[in-house]
Amino acid sequence: MTAPALEVASAAQLGQIALDVSLGVDAGRCLALAGPSGAGKTSVLRTVAGLLRPSRGRVRCGDEVWLDTERGVARSPDRRRCGYLFQNYALFPHLRGWQNVAYPLRGGKRSERRARAVELLERFEVGHLADVRPGTYSGGESQRVALARTLARDPRVLLLDEPLSALDARTRASAGRTLKRTLASSDIPTLVVTHDFDEAALLGDEIAVIDNGKILQRGTASELAAAPVSSFVADFTGAVVLNGMASPGPDGLTAIDLGGGATILSTEQGSGAASASVYPWEIELAPIDAPAVGSAQNRLVGRVVSSTTVANRVRVTVDAGQPVTAELTGPGARVLDLAVGQQIALTWKASATRLIER
Amino acid sequence: MRSRLGRAVARLFPVALIVAVAVTLVFLALPVIAIFADVSPKQLIDSLDDPATVDALRLSLQTTLTALLIILVVGTPVAWALATRRFRGRQILVTIIELPLVLPPAVAGIGLLAALGPKGILGPVLDSLGIALVFQTAGVVVALTFVASPFYLRQAQSAFESLDRSLVEASRTLGASEARTFARVACPVAFTSLLSGAALAWGRALGEFGATLVFAGSFQGVTQTAPLAIYAQFGTNFPGALALAAVLVAFSVAILGGVKLLGRLQPA
Repeated sequence: MTAPALEVASAAQLGQIALDVSLGVDAGRCLALAGPSGAGKTSVLRTVAGLLRPSRGRVRCGDEVWLDTERGVARSPDRRRCGYLFQNYALFPHLRGWQNVAYPLRGGKRSERRARAVELLERFEVGHLADVRPGTYSGGESQRVALARTLARDPRVLLLDEPLSALDARTRASAGRTLKRTLASSDIPTLVVTHDFDEAALLGDEIAVIDNGKILQRGTASELAAAPVSSFVADFTGAVVLNGMASPGPDGLTAIDLGGGATILSTEQGSGAASASVYPWEIELAPIDAPAVGSAQNRLVGRVVSSTTVANRVRVTVDAGQPVTAELTGPGARVLDLAVGQQIALTWKASATRLIER
Repeated sequence: MRSRLGRAVARLFPVALIVAVAVTLVFLALPVIAIFADVSPKQLIDSLDDPATVDALRLSLQTTLTALLIILVVGTPVAWALATRRFRGRQILVTIIELPLVLPPAVAGIGLLAALGPKGILGPVLDSLGIALVFQTAGVVVALTFVASPFYLRQAQSAFESLDRSLVEASRTLGASEARTFARVACPVAFTSLLSGAALAWGRALGEFGATLVFAGSFQGVTQTAPLAIYAQFGTNFPGALALAAVLVAFSVAILGGVKLLGRLQPA
């Protein structure tokens, strides 16, 4: 086994948060650092780029050591060859598109630098912006020009800080695909920071969930969703988290007492204070007087709090002692004829219920 | 219930505002207008033939532009350092830099004499280097630089401080050193702010009187700048003084107008 292409360790006190993260990324792979804002994700990127000097830390890229606080090594940002895509894209307002992209290019004739810059712009389908200043760019155009500029320096590592958050919902999908294609063809390690789990799942080969300056769990999106190590990770992946007390139940299952007389079952083992997590798309809704169908062993009754349409799905939040969100298709929701305040039954399988001891 | 007095005040307030604005306008504009009203265009042009007047204008232009150049070349990096560095004593340094703003110009002149005059702290050093400032054109430049530099430094520092930090960081991650970032990104992006700071400093230097008079004296062609020439002439040659004043006013208006125009052209 060879060492990863990029190794980062960073420990620093950032206001209230004690950052202490260490990670490695292989060449050609993308690790998404995901977590709520203020968790310290961006500080990890800044450590790699040299924009933040941690009190203790080490950054190694390939065979170059960029930072080693123990040995007193700290290369300045301009000597690290990082492709850093800033959250607001940070295009230079006084330079035309091609001049922005050519900014990191040195030596050679002006015409050669221009040709190289235009080539990069065309690769991202924004060749027409070569002679236009950034003031008039749309969000998507800014992102593409910034990405072209980031790659112009032939970086050894790619650092993307919330690359899609400055875009409106419509542009985000296509910009996400552009980014995904770029990452797929890249042979350098990439770190991408995002507060959105779906974005992390789209861009990252792996996801590291960060909260309060620490990595809570690292794995593929499906690994995190299937076996979250904590209720925070479960919640972050979009699962419904129910808190209660676990004890041995019937048929070798675990019963979780949610309080208020409600009990649910899980096929996973555990006891004591625990969180049960279940994904919204695994929960079915039914009128409370309908007979039980199928093998779903968990049933809670509650009142509809809200129902929102997201793309072709409807998210229904129900107050069943604890809030539960179910996700169903539009036609399914119409059949139920949901109304806020209406009593409704939620059902799901014991095998879809993951158990996390607290 | 509002009292009768309260109602009267409420009714009169808009009127009082108009009166206050009118009084302010007349008070501030009248002296400026009077300069042009008192001197006919022919008189103005004739008096510009006077050697003392021509000398004063030439000297003013020469010394203020030299001072401005020094302020820009030395002051811009200083402002950058103050805007980007946090160090102990920084606040004290900023206060010292702003001191000439509140110092009476005559006091500034005395201070310069005590520091750089023949008997001043650095007098022997300057003397051994063969540099003489007192009663010399170079002394005028020193006095102008002293009183005008804070106007530029303050503006430039705040311009650099309000610069989007990610632009500077992006430049660094794109392989540019701090010096290159300063020259290629910080200064161009802050350009209009820096220019308006330079205009303010230039305006202040053009009007400088007290520090120049005390430190450099008032010798025609050597240290007698336009404001000093106006003072020297107005006892003996009032139309000449007026003509010079008119030229200075025109200059000041042009500078102020230029600054306002730049402020409007600056993209939001």
